[in-house]
Amino acid sequence: MLVTNLAILVLAGFVGFVVISKVPNTLHTPLMSGTNAIHGIVILGGLIVLGLSGEGTLNKILLVIAIVFGTINVVGGFLVTDRMLGMFKSKPEPPKKDAGAE
Amino acid sequence: MITASFLQDPNFIRSAYILAFALFIVGLMGLRHPRSAVRGNWIAAVGMGIAVVATLLIHGMGNWGLIALGIALGTVIGVPAARTVKMTAMPQMVALFNGVGGGAIALIAWVEFRESHGFDGDPLYIAIASLFAAIVGSVSFWGSNIAFGKLQEILPGRPITLGRAQQAVNAALLLACIACGVAIATGSDSELLMIGLLVAAALLGNFVVLPIGGADLPVVISLLNAFTGLSAAAAGIALNNTAMIVAGMLVGASGSILTKLMADAMNRSIPNIVAGGFGGGGAVPGGGGAADLEGKTVKSTTAADTAIQLSYARQVVIVPGYGMAVAQAQHAVRELAKELEKRGIEVKYAIHPVAGRMPGHMNVLLAEADVPYDQLKEMDEINPEFSRTDVSLVIGANDVTNPAANTNPESPIYGMPILNVNESESVIVIKRSMNPGFAGIDNELYYDEGTQMLFGDAKTAVAEITEEVKGL
Repeated sequence: MLVTNLAILVLAGFVGFVVISKVPNTLHTPLMSGTNAIHGIVILGGLIVLGLSGEGTLNKILLVIAIVFGTINVVGGFLVTDRMLGMFKSKPEPPKKDAGAE
Repeated sequence: MITASFLQDPNFIRSAYILAFALFIVGLMGLRHPRSAVRGNWIAAVGMGIAVVATLLIHGMGNWGLIALGIALGTVIGVPAARTVKMTAMPQMVALFNGVGGGAIALIAWVEFRESHGFDGDPLYIAIASLFAAIVGSVSFWGSNIAFGKLQEILPGRPITLGRAQQAVNAALLLACIACGVAIATGSDSELLMIGLLVAAALLGNFVVLPIGGADLPVVISLLNAFTGLSAAAAGIALNNTAMIVAGMLVGASGSILTKLMADAMNRSIPNIVAGGFGGGGAVPGGGGAADLEGKTVKSTTAADTAIQLSYARQVVIVPGYGMAVAQAQHAVRELAKELEKRGIEVKYAIHPVAGRMPGHMNVLLAEADVPYDQLKEMDEINPEFSRTDVSLVIGANDVTNPAANTNPESPIYGMPILNVNESESVIVIKRSMNPGFAGIDNELYYDEGTQMLFGDAKTAVAEITEEVKGL
């Protein structure tokens, strides 16, 4: 099991290098915040440990905090990335008419 | 029930994990182009949803109330934060989200220790992976919080160091982490050791990031991102969870690449940056190139004069830096560019890889101001263009334009790739004062024949120029 998992680990590392190397500078901030959201996968760890055992008050408290943290990481990360990416546009929009706001 | 048992089949859940990490990879591939990036992000998010649902289907899950509580609280905190954060505050938001991820990993490892009574009866590799996750997760949590504090200006942006003792203290803390880890892995079940490990890692996280100055934060944030990813992968090995292994490793790879890119763009090694306190080593602020500048003067100019020069140009290159972000001048800059474009002037933006406080920071700000991304030029693309540029308008950028990096071997930034703005016909620098930039060195560019300084706040100054251009 360990060896299989190590193989997966190494292969994932290479896939990561290949995929990420092709991301342009322009998108480095969204890339960071997107990958940031992906490491929110740790929430699975919190769910597994809390769901399958999670005995004792302190353990429960710690795991709930871990799940809160993981959820913030996932939900916040994806939403913020979406907001950022939504702003990248290729063509200038037609000028907005500010009706003499200046 | 046939359906229920099928859904709870470990192989079904593992297959769902495979689908989830495949979606992460497809999603990241989408980030190669702004057109496909929004969809890519959502594909990755769907992958995450699948992974979470599959986990909840695992046979024997309980504590549903607490799970619901955790997810609900996290959503209530995370959604508004993500919705309302200003684009200028994005670096600290990313640092914060990164930190909580690291914190979650450290907490999970701690509970695993408690539940297994010091990994009693677990194979050695599980103990090692969990302890690694605990150390790196804790470093990442505290380091990210300090980075957040610096970016939010709760903490001073300048390096805070222990002086010469810094390296020794950091090494001692790292050794303490490893010593506690080895003791636990080799059989001790004392919780004090585990707490000692977490505390030493926490202190290490603080002490590593505190000495790092504001302009080096892009490197640190990507490094911490990589750390959190790697610790998530380690936690995945401990829990035999392929989704965590793959996702963590993807992030680890991405963070490592970005860290390397950022460090290269500063012509510095990663250990050199992490060692902190730029200017504290061989680089003496005010030494080297600055001596040659004595007796030279700078020319200052006015908004009206700048407007005239700009409106008679054929090509204008705007060079934004952290100063633009601080002054929130991106919308004003866009207005000016629009005015110039109306007059048939070609406007381009030159983006240095380390401009700002996180990788790609300028791109996000300018995108917020509706600047089309095809006008944003990377360093290698724009550098050959400067020689046929009439006016370069430098807005709040400093060290990344200093020609000393190319010409003066004694300068602390010698060898750093820069934007060659001094090759353009004329250069106008908008700057609040003559204070040197982050590296603490004078910028020879300001004393150049073709350079004029426009002193003032970036936003106000750009708005004034725009008004003047309109009036012409």
